Amino acid sequence: MMFLAVAVIVWIALWGLNLILVRRLPGSQARLFVPIVFGLTLAILLELVLRGLKVPFVILPKPSEMIAKFFTSIPTLWADFAQTILKGALGGYAIGCGTALVVALLVSRSDFLRRGLLPLGNFVAALPIVGLAPIMVMWFGFGWQSKAAIVVSMCFFPMLVNSVQGLAATNAIERDLFRTYAASPLQQLTYLRLPAATPFILNGLKVCTPLALIGAIVAEFFGSPIVGMGFRIQTSVGTLSLDLVWAEIIVAALAGTGFFGLLSLIERSLTFWHPSQRR
Amino acid sequence: MLEWLTRSVLPVGTIVVAILLIWYAAAIPMNAARTYMMAPDDAEISFSELVNDTWSQKKPQLPVPHQIVMELKKQATIAWLWKEKRRGYKRSVIYHTWVTLSSTMLGFVFGLTLGVLLSLAIVYSRVMDHSVMPWIIASQTIPIIAIAPMVIVVMSSVGLTGLIPKGIISMYLSFFPIVIGMTKGLRSSDPILEDQMKTWSASSFQTFWLLRLPSAMPFLFPAMKIGLAAALVGAIVAELPSGARTGLGARLLVFSYRSETVPMWANLVSAALLAGILVVALGMIERAVNRRLGFRSAAEVSS
Repeated sequence: MMFLAVAVIVWIALWGLNLILVRRLPGSQARLFVPIVFGLTLAILLELVLRGLKVPFVILPKPSEMIAKFFTSIPTLWADFAQTILKGALGGYAIGCGTALVVALLVSRSDFLRRGLLPLGNFVAALPIVGLAPIMVMWFGFGWQSKAAIVVSMCFFPMLVNSVQGLAATNAIERDLFRTYAASPLQQLTYLRLPAATPFILNGLKVCTPLALIGAIVAEFFGSPIVGMGFRIQTSVGTLSLDLVWAEIIVAALAGTGFFGLLSLIERSLTFWHPSQRR
Repeated sequence: MLEWLTRSVLPVGTIVVAILLIWYAAAIPMNAARTYMMAPDDAEISFSELVNDTWSQKKPQLPVPHQIVMELKKQATIAWLWKEKRRGYKRSVIYHTWVTLSSTMLGFVFGLTLGVLLSLAIVYSRVMDHSVMPWIIASQTIPIIAIAPMVIVVMSSVGLTGLIPKGIISMYLSFFPIVIGMTKGLRSSDPILEDQMKTWSASSFQTFWLLRLPSAMPFLFPAMKIGLAAALVGAIVAELPSGARTGLGARLLVFSYRSETVPMWANLVSAALLAGILVVALGMIERAVNRRLGFRSAAEVSS
């Protein structure tokens, strides 16, 4: 009971702290500290509630145990990270988004192809492509190549749709201006259409980030070498070492959030002129 | 009418035909190895024989579209009306699609509720906006498949089994686009109209109900479409690690262990059809709601 009472007190205290922080701190600092305090609140609450209710380890390990496991099994986690994220997810992400961008550049030259591909691309982007994972494992083997392949097929269409839309996002007045300057098609591409497409392209890259993570990890459920985050999660659930599972989840969340944050920073420096970036 | 044909049907049709042609062509080299393996050593295989064989193998690397259609027809007619007692209902693709559809819909309803509630909290409370929003984004970088087995264990330890854990897993994927879209939508009402509401001394509930909620609809529906597609992915993924025996995801796993490629593709196609039907149905609701509220959807404006 005592733990639960402490939990309630901690909750009220930290929520109050956040209320004060939001009012007192300037915007940029509030955006950094308030979510951190909120996350800490959640972790402490979870720890206290789990202790208070004596929830067994096999159902949900305590946050302290997860973090301890994270630091004691860094070599394993690093090997899994390299296999799944660096090779599978990042490799597929680069290939998928890269080809989608090149195809978008080719397609955007032709109105006919654009009209044909956009509705289809929108439709395919709504399909559960992750179901192709077993087929990719069959075609490309158990190694990271099959994971990269599924990531490519998951990222391609969302990225294509976004880039094609972006490359078409110039208005007639801007195009006329470039024609008045006698700009070559290449100049028009590099100085007008690519910059105008940047917000859309970055949005596509952001949408694809979680897709790449999910694809690479799901594909490991259909066959993998004895290293990799999906493999480790699957076998650790089997042996009830749930703290290791949660350590892998922490790695995935850190990798995903870090990459997303990186993209946001790039977005802010490249597309500072866009209305959505104004403050 | 003619313009509609040349401007949208013709381009889309051309690309679909091109994809089908590439598919049939790709099946020949991909399945050829098996043809040569099964043939006697000294046999001469002519090109037409090769084509015939690669398009009709029992376990091809890449089944061709007509094989998939035949398989779908077969699995659908096994038990058109899947009554539990009829023979073969467990092999019916319709039965498994129904199982996946029901957890998709449950997850979508959960996700819609959670998403709308969260976005209300975010729009009306600055603390919530600052503290919850980054964590909602972070939550989506956690691959759900990693948590799925544990969600099922935790749920069953408190007595929840069957549909609800699967619904919760697909909720996890589907609430995210809805929060983002709804938050944007609730903030998108015209400031002049908000001032107008103030002039009429409308209560904050009236401002919400009569102004903010209607003006959020054009944002909510596209977000719901993405959320629905995500709920379907969630439902399929949830069936993989949970030891489920029914549903499209579970069947996919079974067929992949047996390397029965044709039924596998048939399952994928039925999942795709399901996604298509759901999104089209939602589009019809969207059009009806928008007409009722006097909006024009983005598609109508552009055409």
